[in-house]
Amino acid sequence: MNADPTPEHALPDAAAAPTVGSSMPGGSGSSETASTGFDLSTALGGARADDEERARAEVVFEADRLSVFYGDFQAVRDVSMQIHAKEITAFIGPSGCGKTTLLRSFNRMNDLIASARVEGGLRYHGEDVYGEGVSPVIVRRKIGMVFQKPNPFPKSIYDNVAYGPRVLKWKKSDLDDVVEESLTRAALWDEVKDRLDQSALGMSGGQQQRLCIARAIATKPDVLLMDEPCSALDPIATLRIEDLMRELKDEYSIVIVTHNMQQAARVSDYTAFLTVDIDDESGQRTGELVEMDRTDRIFTNASDPRTEAYVSGRFG
Amino acid sequence: MTTSTSARPAGPGASHRGLQDPTRRPGEWAILQFLRGSATIAILTTAGIVASLFPAAISFFREVQTVHGVSFLEFATGTFWAPDFANPSFGVLPIVVGSSIVVVLALLVSVPVGLLSAIYLSEYAPARVRRIIKPALEVLEGVPTVAVGLFAFWFLRPTAQEAFPNLPWTGPFAILIGGMAVGLITVPLMASVSDDAMRQVPQSLREAAYALGDSKARVAIRVVVPAAISGIVAGIVLAASRAVGETMIVLLAAGAGNPNLSFNLFAGVQTMTAFIAGKATGDIAQGTLIYDTVFAVGSLLFLVTLSLNLFAIRFVRRFREVYE
Ligand SMILES: Nc1ncnc2c1ncn2[C@@H]1O[C@H](COP(=O)(O)OP(=O)(O)OP(=O)(O)O)[C@@H](O)[C@H]1O
Ligand SMILES: [Mg+2]
Repeated sequence: MNADPTPEHALPDAAAAPTVGSSMPGGSGSSETASTGFDLSTALGGARADDEERARAEVVFEADRLSVFYGDFQAVRDVSMQIHAKEITAFIGPSGCGKTTLLRSFNRMNDLIASARVEGGLRYHGEDVYGEGVSPVIVRRKIGMVFQKPNPFPKSIYDNVAYGPRVLKWKKSDLDDVVEESLTRAALWDEVKDRLDQSALGMSGGQQQRLCIARAIATKPDVLLMDEPCSALDPIATLRIEDLMRELKDEYSIVIVTHNMQQAARVSDYTAFLTVDIDDESGQRTGELVEMDRTDRIFTNASDPRTEAYVSGRFG
Repeated sequence: MTTSTSARPAGPGASHRGLQDPTRRPGEWAILQFLRGSATIAILTTAGIVASLFPAAISFFREVQTVHGVSFLEFATGTFWAPDFANPSFGVLPIVVGSSIVVVLALLVSVPVGLLSAIYLSEYAPARVRRIIKPALEVLEGVPTVAVGLFAFWFLRPTAQEAFPNLPWTGPFAILIGGMAVGLITVPLMASVSDDAMRQVPQSLREAAYALGDSKARVAIRVVVPAAISGIVAGIVLAASRAVGETMIVLLAAGAGNPNLSFNLFAGVQTMTAFIAGKATGDIAQGTLIYDTVFAVGSLLFLVTLSLNLFAIRFVRRFREVYE
């Protein structure tokens, strides 16, 4: 219905950027994950692992020794991982291990923090997200985000959902349809269809969060980053949002940060476990990726003892 | 001052009975009364102003009615203001229009300049720049208005005529210059109230807009300004209120004494404040008609300012209801 004016995934300097052949089946990429992938394929028998890898859709994000700093403080160190399309990837780990920081580096939200700085590589469909000439504004149009606390604009429900389409200057005549479709996908349409012109601030917290999801998917971004989207919600609202994520999965790639182990186990296909490494001398706390694997394996058969300890509740 | 009335060491678990604080001090009562008294001073001042203005104003209307046969309607709609002429005329429109022109001109300057400054300060300026600009604005706010009036009359007016010699400048005064000078001195008020309002807007709203791929300028205009609108409108009304009441600048730059209804921006036009300041110089005797006239205009001014401020309060409250 509404064609995005720019070609599918291209960041502005698409022509200039050397395109890395994305997602070679089986090659789970860079250093850290590669080693985990290796262990697994030997453990489970190469053939089966290969089939599994081949079935996965293309790689959306590829982080290569990605580090994030706030001034001199290194919040995240050398994270290498791949995130595949049309999957739900969960980030879990103790508080302060840099889940939010890492997530926000994926759509360059950290650019808004003056002291924040990124090192290492981050590729989005093969294109360097931090490459020269890449516009963070364009990056964010393709990679949507839902925040921990619902943050609807103090505008009407309609205007909230229509905000993104208006930024992209979509045709006015299409807005009604876009708003209805997004609210329907966010399982909110029936509750609000009669009060679209009322302030979004009059809604309950769970409704507001679903509105924020509707707002984020209205422009049909390629990826949805969600930072603890259910932490302010009651269990019923949480389950609704989880249903919603499962439903959105066939169109979007979703990365979710969560402190809720059951949630990660329930909704995600792949899980990355991060932890805090405390330097013995300086006492500096730096976030690191311990391992990333299929969610069922992380929860039942993790290869790193720290992961096992964390998911079984003996840590953090 | 006496301290605790009972120094009994009663820990919270000492007794299950008695929810009263045994250490309540009489000093607190005195402090409360003192604070209450301070707050009352403002109200008393307002009441005092009303009490001094209104009786003279009432006697003005009674006298123009009986002596000069001028009804309230003729007062409110008359277009010739010459209360101290040998053959006096009491049509107040010329000075009301004069004040209105000043307000409009002042807002035309202070709203855009103040709002843009506020957007710059709140959304763009690095902390270092803010630290310089904020106090600089306050200095401008603190310049005595009589100095600004002199500057407008002796510098702005001749400079404007040199720059635009073809405009129909008439006489030494120009309400255009007066109104714009009033606008300049209300820029800091407008900028600072709007800046405060915009900085109150939660960062999470900006992040929501950035995450949708919006650009910085549009986030400022489409998210921050609307979310801060109640504060901004309050700033506009305060600026208007300040402009209506501004005296020295308009007296010096736009003059006093022109009795005609005039919309000529390039000539002197009398305002309500300039009329009062021009007349109330001490040589008018209490109880005379001209004395009462000054107070009648003063009452009118008071009512205008009051209704502006009431409007601001209502407006802010309405937006609070919608947005909070
Ligand atoms: N804006 C900032 N400036 C400086 N340091 C920051 C900033 N934001 C986060 N940090 C630091 O970076 C580290 C990682 O923080 P982050 O918020 O990414 O952790 P998290 O894993 O999301 O934690 P939580 O589970 O509590 O949300 C922490 O030590 C934190 O103090
Ligand atoms: Mg976090």
